[in-house]
Amino acid sequence: MNVLEVSGVHKQFGGLVALDDVNFQVRKGSVTAVIGPNGAGKTTFFNLITGVYQPDRGDIRLEGKPLVGLRPDQVAMLGIARTFQNIRLFADLPVLDNVLVAMHGRLSARIPGILLGRRQIRQEERRAIGEAYWLLEYMGLAPYANEIAKNLPYGTQRRLEIARALATHPKLLLLDEPAAGMSPRETRELTEMIHRLREDFGLTVVLIEHDMKLVMNISEHILVLDYGRAIAEGPPEEIRNNPRVIEAYLGRGAVSGA
Amino acid sequence: MKDRMPRLRARLRQPRTQAMLLAAYTALSAAGLAFGGLSILWFLLLLVSLLLLYYSDLPRMVKWVWAGVVVAVLLPVCASNGSSYESFMEVATQMGIFVAMALGLNVVVGFAGLLDLGFIAFFALGAYTYAIFFSDQANHFIAGHHFPLSGDLFWLCLPVGLFVAALFGVLLGLPVLRVKGDYLAIVTLGFGEIIRIIFNNLDKPVNITNGAIGISSVQAPRFFGISLSFPHQFYYLVLVLLAIVLYAVQRLEHSRVGRAWKAVREDEIAAQAMGVPLVRTKLVAFAVGASFSGLMGVVFAAKQAFIDPTSFTMLESITILVMVILGGMGSLPGVVVGACLVTLLNIQLMPELTNWLNTLTTAGVINFPSALSPSKMQRLIFGIILILFAVFRPQGMIPAKTRRYDDAVLSRLAAEWRETAGGARRDGAHPAVPGYTSGHAAGQEGAKEGASL
Repeated sequence: MNVLEVSGVHKQFGGLVALDDVNFQVRKGSVTAVIGPNGAGKTTFFNLITGVYQPDRGDIRLEGKPLVGLRPDQVAMLGIARTFQNIRLFADLPVLDNVLVAMHGRLSARIPGILLGRRQIRQEERRAIGEAYWLLEYMGLAPYANEIAKNLPYGTQRRLEIARALATHPKLLLLDEPAAGMSPRETRELTEMIHRLREDFGLTVVLIEHDMKLVMNISEHILVLDYGRAIAEGPPEEIRNNPRVIEAYLGRGAVSGA
Repeated sequence: MKDRMPRLRARLRQPRTQAMLLAAYTALSAAGLAFGGLSILWFLLLLVSLLLLYYSDLPRMVKWVWAGVVVAVLLPVCASNGSSYESFMEVATQMGIFVAMALGLNVVVGFAGLLDLGFIAFFALGAYTYAIFFSDQANHFIAGHHFPLSGDLFWLCLPVGLFVAALFGVLLGLPVLRVKGDYLAIVTLGFGEIIRIIFNNLDKPVNITNGAIGISSVQAPRFFGISLSFPHQFYYLVLVLLAIVLYAVQRLEHSRVGRAWKAVREDEIAAQAMGVPLVRTKLVAFAVGASFSGLMGVVFAAKQAFIDPTSFTMLESITILVMVILGGMGSLPGVVVGACLVTLLNIQLMPELTNWLNTLTTAGVINFPSALSPSKMQRLIFGIILILFAVFRPQGMIPAKTRRYDDAVLSRLAAEWRETAGGARRDGAHPAVPGYTSGHAAGQEGAKEGASL
């Protein structure tokens, strides 16, 4: 069964075609990678799915529900969470609050209730804090709960971004270059973590990544974009030997030489 | 000697020692205020005791009660000794009004990060709401001779002023929040001016605001048959409202709503991607901030018994912004201190300094040109303050503090959550996670506590 179905999505910025009639399906519970050279349209693709941009034409559905026309917060509430290529934490807020913000849509507190200090709302807040801290424990971030987010080491910030995304209770998790700037060891740990997340939270994961070792290790399915076009799609073994992919990455000469 | 310093320090850290020292200091400054000729200096020193109280390690409830006693009993009682009692209370009332407005602007600028340069417009809306219907002004455009309304209805007008301001906050927000940063500042500045100019010109074709002449003989509020007209009566009124505003802001800050405001301030795109609706969150911030301002506007009109558009100029908006920036954006104690200081500077220190210089000039001691008098240099002085703070202390006098949680409390809450999470998970978004429900040490602890609750 497909969690995400993208059909005929087209996006143009002025004269530049960022995505050209892309079709893409993501199977429930899978780990799928989107790869391609710089400027291929990968992040634009994520932005279209999450409602940051609207496609010029085409259709995007999450478990059959159409996403086109929805705002990013509405898409998030339907079950798509994401991380960002260049980390976008709430830099001056404590780590715990970063996670709590992501529960916004699931909490019911309104201003009158907050001002009256209603019991139900205090209870809800306690549970939210509990869940947030549990998520931090799960991600190994518990010791940093009171730390200001921008003071964390780089790799830890990346993990916090994932913890924050999990707090929205996503069905589909989009990771935009999760291994960027990480050491080989951190990348190995990331691979394990993604597997663990998928198992423990019943997630479907789509990731953009340049680290080919990670991509080949982790993904069951790969989509290759080049100049906004889907030039190949399939399991890792197939992609590895696809001449069009090698050409896109290494240039025409590389293929004829091979 | 080396031995004694740490012991002294440990002693100072004890709440009991702190309470005693604080009590001594408060008593001293109060006595100074009562017998030291009612100088503004003693007044300031007494206010500093509240700041020390804030930094002390006393329990929260004690702090609130203590502060309440100081402002509600000690300050008025000590000031009542001299002939300038009412003028003192007038200054304190003004301070209270500005503190409440600064707290409102702090919601917009400090929490939600939306630079609003037209904040005084909401104050004007509250003030005119009261003034029009509680003087015979409304008779000009509403048939029958129903106005002025009785001062007993003042209490009803407080929430009305609040809602009118909040409504306009939303109306302004809807078109304006499409722009960000500097553009937002310019548009709000325009809005502030537009409101003032409308009030200035709405005396024709139908006379609603009486234009530049203003509205006079506004009814005084009545409280159980007593007509409020003395500054000390308004002082208590403002004190009660201020307490409510402080409580509200403080509650909101550490709630779902306050967190959303700060998330939007930190990163709009990330906040939205985490499910925070951008426009609604900003509108709520605008409305909440505006409502405090509108509330105080009603009090202002009632206190002055006369209002005209000159009380609501852009300089007033800037003054409130200076309070917030000077004190510390997003920091409640900071904003309170900033508002107190700027108000004092504005209505007490600068006029006094001007008077003093004038006396010297007329006495022939110095030749000080009146063009350079401090009262006329308000803009320059605020400008310099803003620049200095932007350069040397952008976080303000008392920077915002984040709330810290105790690790033990957090892990207890986490355990509690885990105990009950099974049933509460939304349509299986979190399926059973093997390895954490059974194997976690903290889980067992939580089970015991869960049973006792």
